[in-house]
Amino acid sequence: MMAAVPAENALEVNDLSVHFGVTQVLKDLSFGVAKGSALAIIGPNGAGKTVLLKTLIGSLPHSGSMHWAAGVRIGYVPQKLDLERDIPITGIDFLKARAAVAHRATFDMPSVLTLVGIPLEVAQRPIGAMSGGQFQRLLIAFALVADPNVLLLDEPTAGVDEPGQEQINELVRRLRKSQSLTVLFISHELSVVYQYADNVLCLNNKRAWFGPPSTILTPESLRQIYGGKVSYHIHEH
Amino acid sequence: MSTESLLLSITMAVAAGLVGSFAVMRRMSLAADPLSHVALPGIGIALALHIHPVFGAVIALVFGALLVWVVEERGGATTESVIGVVFSAALAIGSIMTTGEDLIEALFGGAGALTWSEKIFGLLVANAIVLFIIVFRNSLVIMMVSPDIARTAGINVRWFDLLYLECFALTIALGLRYLGVLLMGALIIIPAATSKRLSHDLKSMLWFSVMLSVISTTLGSGVAMHLHREAGPIIVLVATALFLLSLIPRPAERRRIHG
Repeated sequence: MMAAVPAENALEVNDLSVHFGVTQVLKDLSFGVAKGSALAIIGPNGAGKTVLLKTLIGSLPHSGSMHWAAGVRIGYVPQKLDLERDIPITGIDFLKARAAVAHRATFDMPSVLTLVGIPLEVAQRPIGAMSGGQFQRLLIAFALVADPNVLLLDEPTAGVDEPGQEQINELVRRLRKSQSLTVLFISHELSVVYQYADNVLCLNNKRAWFGPPSTILTPESLRQIYGGKVSYHIHEH
Repeated sequence: MSTESLLLSITMAVAAGLVGSFAVMRRMSLAADPLSHVALPGIGIALALHIHPVFGAVIALVFGALLVWVVEERGGATTESVIGVVFSAALAIGSIMTTGEDLIEALFGGAGALTWSEKIFGLLVANAIVLFIIVFRNSLVIMMVSPDIARTAGINVRWFDLLYLECFALTIALGLRYLGVLLMGALIIIPAATSKRLSHDLKSMLWFSVMLSVISTTLGSGVAMHLHREAGPIIVLVATALFLLSLIPRPAERRRIHG
């Protein structure tokens, strides 16, 4: 049965549950994501954040309902991938493969590379030989090739040095504005969440919290979510 | 060697080079060997039923690939154990069912001229495999980097996994008469492994792999004919020699080692 997706929502999730054998990873999750908004997914390790994104792209079996609005095109940027250093696939090969699969005959490679800030000589390297930050930006470029309107990012800055993290966060913010993207991202950086997200979905093994950062990211609720002392600084801009 | 046989062995080598490129990049080099073993009981059953052994092998291999696919889908550490156990057992059962000359031929290839039905079947299958890899190389590349990304790109990952595994199994079937159950896996893997050492991008990976596979097959067959030996082992030795050559550090690498 198709549940109606409110016109302004890109995604509507109701009572979503995911099991791995007898282990319940996600239980009765319900939330909506407005078109053009940014949702941050936070929570301790093992809370099911990556599982949630993989479920949303249709990679994992689930119960409950999950509906993307009509016309949604998803770009997915996974967590750091385990690649062999000497795999003979260059960044260019990888982006061309995406363009071919999406039947984009007139794909403007230089402008996509410029958009994500990858120089051509870096894109000509094998993907396994790129730095963490370069490969992460390549994955974002890959997602952008097919002109998505929703971007799912699984810890896009994990394993990237601090200047690189700043660049990626800025890139996502810029893309969101220029391409009117709906963004769902997993993050451990609460200051980033506070700065970039319209809503926050907090998961831990017991329950979930959903709402705007100002109501979710309070010291009291963070103690409940992470089960200990959490402190963070909000950078005012 | 007749013209059709030469043409067939070259087409088989091209298919092996292409299928092998993705096998090596997908890190399934070690699966080639056990999967090829499943051909043996197929050959045994075919001989018992007085049908052409190659067709028995094809059916067994297609079924073997399906089994790997089903087990892989269930995931976890069981895949390797299941492949190890099932295919070793297949080799044992096949060895009991096939005896004497037939067993040696099945294991190492060679002997007997190819029948017309074999030639036509071989050419059709080899061309279908080459076409599949060339047409769908982009989907295979994306799946190899990340099946999850591939799904969001609209690629039916499960289906392509099965098709690729079946191509792999059929490539083994193609080479059985030349290289046999024990050596065909080597022709799929070794030229591709050599090519991976020489290549930095997809195009050169596929081209080098195909060229090395064709050189190994034609040169190996020629040398075998000259020495009055079976072609299979010599083809694999030529491929191995080319791999060893690729291990010699190139000038740039040497500078890095000593610099």
